[in-house]
Amino acid sequence: MEKINVIKSTAVLVPVDNIDTDQIIPARFLKTVTREGFGEKLFYDWRFNADGSHVASVLDGQTGEILVAGNNFGCGSSREHAAWALHDAGFRAVISSSFADIFRNNALNNALLPIRVPEDFLEKIFQVLKSSPGTVLTVDLGAQTLTVPGAGEMMFEINAYKKECLMKGYSDIDYLLADKDAILKYEAARSPF
Amino acid sequence: MGKTLFDKIWENHVVKHIPEGPDVLYVDRHLVHEVTSPQAFSALRTRGLKVFRPDRTFATCDHNVPTLGQDKPIEDPVSAKAVAQLAENTAENGVRYFPLGDPGNGIVHVIGPERGIVLCGQTVVCGDSHTATHGAFGNIAFGIGTSEVEMVLATQCLMQTKPRQTRITVNGKLRSNVTPKDVILYIISKLGTDGCTGSFVEYAGEVFRDMSMEGRMTVCNMSIEMGARGGIVAPDATTFDYIRGRQFAPAGEEFEKAVAGWSHLNTDIDAVFDTEYSFDAADIAPMVTYGTNPGMGVAIDGVIPDNAAGCDEATFSKALEYMGFRKGEPMLGKKVDYVFVGSCTNGRIEDFRAFAKAVAGRRKCDDVTVWLVPGSKEVEAKIEAEGIGDRLRSCGFEIRQPGCSACLAMNADKIPEGKYAVSTSNRNFEGRQGYGARTILAGTLVAAEAAVTGKIGMPAK
Repeated sequence: MEKINVIKSTAVLVPVDNIDTDQIIPARFLKTVTREGFGEKLFYDWRFNADGSHVASVLDGQTGEILVAGNNFGCGSSREHAAWALHDAGFRAVISSSFADIFRNNALNNALLPIRVPEDFLEKIFQVLKSSPGTVLTVDLGAQTLTVPGAGEMMFEINAYKKECLMKGYSDIDYLLADKDAILKYEAARSPF
Repeated sequence: MGKTLFDKIWENHVVKHIPEGPDVLYVDRHLVHEVTSPQAFSALRTRGLKVFRPDRTFATCDHNVPTLGQDKPIEDPVSAKAVAQLAENTAENGVRYFPLGDPGNGIVHVIGPERGIVLCGQTVVCGDSHTATHGAFGNIAFGIGTSEVEMVLATQCLMQTKPRQTRITVNGKLRSNVTPKDVILYIISKLGTDGCTGSFVEYAGEVFRDMSMEGRMTVCNMSIEMGARGGIVAPDATTFDYIRGRQFAPAGEEFEKAVAGWSHLNTDIDAVFDTEYSFDAADIAPMVTYGTNPGMGVAIDGVIPDNAAGCDEATFSKALEYMGFRKGEPMLGKKVDYVFVGSCTNGRIEDFRAFAKAVAGRRKCDDVTVWLVPGSKEVEAKIEAEGIGDRLRSCGFEIRQPGCSACLAMNADKIPEGKYAVSTSNRNFEGRQGYGARTILAGTLVAAEAAVTGKIGMPAK
């Protein structure tokens, strides 16, 4: 997996609560059997009409590696395609006041850092980005800090294991495969109810 | 301090605890479908690995399949490829697969319990958020992403941080026109679409004790719609009666032995939850949603409110605009264009029995397109064996073939732009049932009223 250390970038602001994975990538694009190419389908129905013509959206004119979104980002379906689409479209971090559990895990498994901030800090970031859209945000995973000029700096939480995985590019599956003995031992010793 | 049912099952499945990290959790049952598995199987192949425990892995195709003409090749080439890929992947790994048309085929969360694959006190996962369904049997069941599917295929384990725990108690007796779907829509409307994020929910109290297994499955299924990873109900005689005699369930003496063990699966009296909620059955009416997340629900005879739990003003207004509704409008009498009865939430035999009974010989409304989609081949067979199919056809209805269908509209069953659909499924997100589709979530009885009157109407008591 790709490593994450410091992300320094402008941000894309979508100040909408409860953005579900059907908005991030509609189900009709999930039929393909590979992981690639989902970026162009990101937020598809926000950007295009039924006939494929472009429609004005909150995303217009915004670029950056950091997505800033309203509360409860990534709710709904377990589709990892949502994390793949965000990563494929160039995002490396998502900032919100809360994330749906399955989405958060999917993001962490795909070098996409979910950063949870308090609601009032998120509101401050919204204000900064609304008044100065080109503001450069800095995420330092090692220091666990998020710096937003005009809003301030804050520490964010991430468990030590996951942090190490992201900084070194390790995946859970590598860990599990390296410890097959523990699994075999568990299977041999377990007592079902 | 006592332990919760969830604690007991979790602890029984911890292979290893990682300091300052997650637990390595063993998985008893891995359910697989064609949408979230192909990339996991490919990755496994790249690593030169096979499925570690194929006997714990079961697969079906459901999301991409047509609900008419299943005997013919799937028309959409991309869907056809996804389904063919699953057949290939499962054959290569010796995984039990229920292909299209097989008597065991159906929606993954319908066939799991129906085949006796899912028992009690287990960990159950699937690359699908509605895996929460299987908590109805007293299991820790939750949805996972494709990277996690790959981990389970390769090692039968997952790395998970133990979630917080919530208990939701509903006591009293439900009115006769209130269904399990109404109970869960009511709860979600109170707690909001993110009300239980980071938590696992235990459902307790008289209402859930009185429910059939199918009702409990409907409730647990929608736990994810309030952000909970899963829901769980302590197993009891209703649970054991349901499991007895099913294809993959233990039989004879083995079954009795299993029941003896499962009978201890409950929450200790002195166990403490992080959060507790309590509701009264008498307050619950038939429910409908008016917005674009499942928390935006209201009693059917209520009016569209000014705000919803867990929804800011801008998001609330955007939802009403999408739906073409206004604050303060009554839901009763609203015109309906489509009715969809099916999905892993409400696609079981009790739903079709209830639908047929509520239709009570009335004819399908000419202005409404009605899709009745059984959750599995077994449900379809029962619909015919019990004469429900003939009765409904004589009233102008058509029974389609099993699959996820219009719940997420990956196949041809799409609600057209701007049309209103009363759906017994689980999500009313923008575009969920088709581009621009307007979904009103409801239970089977409300769906039956809409199917014969073309309007939102109060189900008879």
